[in-house]
Amino acid sequence: MTAPIETAVADRAARSNTELLPLYRQMRRVRTFEERVGELFVRGQSAGSMLHLSIGEEAAAVGVASLMQEGDTFTTHHRGHGIFLARGADPKRMMAEIGGKEEGYCRGKGGSMHIADMGLGHLGANAIVGGGIPAVVGAGLASKRAGKGAISVAFFGDGAMQQGILYESMNMAALWDLPVVFVCINNQYGMGTRIEQATKGRALHERGLAFGLNAETVDGLDVREVRAAATRVIDAARGGTPGFLAIECYRFYGHARMDKSPYRSAEDEEQGRAKDPVQFARAALIEMGEADSTHLDALDQEIAAEMDATIDFTIAASEPPLNSMFRDVYAPGEPEPEAVAARIDRILARE
Amino acid sequence: MVQMTYRDALKQALRDAMTEDDSVVVIGEEVGRYGGAYGVTKGLYEEFGAARMIDTPISEPAIIGAAVGAAMSGLRPVAELMYVDFIGMTMDQLGNQAAKIRYMFGGQIGVPMVLRTQGGTGRSAGAQHSQSLEAYVLHTPGLRLVMPATVSDAYHLLRQSLRQPDPVVFIEHKALYTLKEEVDLSAPPPAWGKAAVRRTGDDLVIVTYSRQVHHALKAAEELSKQGLEATVIDLRCLNPLDFDTVRQHVERVGRVMVVSEGVMTAGVGAELSARIHEECFDFLAEPVIRLCGEDIPISVSVDLEANSVPTSQAVQQVAARLLAERSAA
Ligand SMILES: Cc1ncc(C[n+]2csc(CCOP(=O)(O)OP(=O)(O)O)c2C)c(N)n1
Ligand SMILES: [Mg+2]
Repeated sequence: MTAPIETAVADRAARSNTELLPLYRQMRRVRTFEERVGELFVRGQSAGSMLHLSIGEEAAAVGVASLMQEGDTFTTHHRGHGIFLARGADPKRMMAEIGGKEEGYCRGKGGSMHIADMGLGHLGANAIVGGGIPAVVGAGLASKRAGKGAISVAFFGDGAMQQGILYESMNMAALWDLPVVFVCINNQYGMGTRIEQATKGRALHERGLAFGLNAETVDGLDVREVRAAATRVIDAARGGTPGFLAIECYRFYGHARMDKSPYRSAEDEEQGRAKDPVQFARAALIEMGEADSTHLDALDQEIAAEMDATIDFTIAASEPPLNSMFRDVYAPGEPEPEAVAARIDRILARE
Repeated sequence: MVQMTYRDALKQALRDAMTEDDSVVVIGEEVGRYGGAYGVTKGLYEEFGAARMIDTPISEPAIIGAAVGAAMSGLRPVAELMYVDFIGMTMDQLGNQAAKIRYMFGGQIGVPMVLRTQGGTGRSAGAQHSQSLEAYVLHTPGLRLVMPATVSDAYHLLRQSLRQPDPVVFIEHKALYTLKEEVDLSAPPPAWGKAAVRRTGDDLVIVTYSRQVHHALKAAEELSKQGLEATVIDLRCLNPLDFDTVRQHVERVGRVMVVSEGVMTAGVGAELSARIHEECFDFLAEPVIRLCGEDIPISVSVDLEANSVPTSQAVQQVAARLLAERSAA
């Protein structure tokens, strides 16, 4: 391990008890952003209904993302708004992308499930369950070669635990001692399927151990615990021992916007939602005397105003111009695909 | 005759097949308790139970592979792939296993399975959930390929698919699930692989399938107001392909447009166009015109998505121009 990393680790450990307020703030931003995504949909301003809210998963997103550094890269699944925001995304450009607008991160082409930003090391969200996982192996190979201590993190849901590609990827990461972390956000459901209905191997981290990864499972209620576990796994990964972290939480709402979760009971939801990482952190701050409720209310309101502005921004943003459709199929400077209409024009114009 | 949606007709076909034949099982993600991502199998779990409506983990290659093994072992599986966009993940099981087993093993055994899936644009579902990938299937000898456009075909062709000795890929269109039409469930099923001539006219033949049939018919109605009469052929099965029906109308009319939502290059439209040129060359007054999806991925943006594939206006405009150039010439 290189010296700067050791220093950073020691530094973090020293601060860890006093860092709850900024972590709370980030979690509240994620929560409020997701609530606004729901509102954007209800107002008919989102591009489609395939919007997957990460409410209930804020500690997972913030606990891990708060440890990532410049140069680190990551991929996410389809429920990745919170992770990206916690990693420093501009919520306006995120919301505009969710609205399919030109001002969005991907100029309205990707949308909620395909958002990415190379500037922040976001190698892409994915609408294929497991589709983003193997890229971190390649990113890990590149970081290892560069030797600057950067890691690459794959975030995915419990559903992806049953995709073979995860195991191929974990095996390679371990075999080649790559600076890679696999983070499973276990919200107990994949669409209408509860994890017990998808697998009998419930100790998810054991699968990481089986491949020789440094693996643990942590509860996703207390962001400080998530952060502590993530610190262990990430620090080891920076040193070349890849890791796996399962974070146990609950998907508060339906799978996507049209799903009312008829397959689960009111008690199940009540119990699940009782595990609220944002409320938990808030209560802890007050209890520890780090903040009082007036202070936190003001903070929440400031965040609400910030996130309200994302909706206004998105509504005012522009539709991508039609001819942008042909842009970025290939690299800039390369010829664009010929439009079907142009082809037909040429054929009909011939003598 | 009953009024039914495309979605319910598919469900009825599964229900009737399962009632008639005990060996039919449905296997896939969210097919049972949830009732299918697009609601096609809703209620069948309650009727037939977990042993025949088999919910799976998210493991596409193993779902298709398990269906292959089940089909070789006396069951008649209907494997559901939630989106055709995931077909790449399963392509080994489909293309190297299901499609080739009868041939490689010298005809000892077939793989009588149906892979039900859906594709196409219309929901701002983005680049990985909106594609039309039928060409991947058509390019693989050994696989049958069905793409119903009407409620009646949704029912009857799914029933027919479940009677085939070889693997059938059955691709529904996500924008058609709420389509409501009259259907005669007890009518004799259409001959396997036979195209349907949805409309007859002497000026132009439009050869198409799946959702584009509706766009073509709408365009044909508009053209009719201008005195131009189009024949619209709904292929409904791409393998087997009823080229005789296509040939018959092409030779009669001499002007052809092929319409498909899949991308233009090396797509189904390319195959049809090539074949029409090869086999009907002497009867063509003009080259075949292909109106297909653009050679690009599908965007999440509503506008970009809508303009990435043929619309009924585009079908109408291109057809009108084709005929105008003609009379000018
Ligand atoms: C390869 C693939 N199979 C199926 C789907 C459909 N699908 C989208 S999300 C999802 C459930 C995913 O569950 P999980 O991985 O736990 O993530 P969560 O939605 O709970 O965050 C499914 C089945 C898909 N998008 N990709
Ligand atoms: Mg899940």
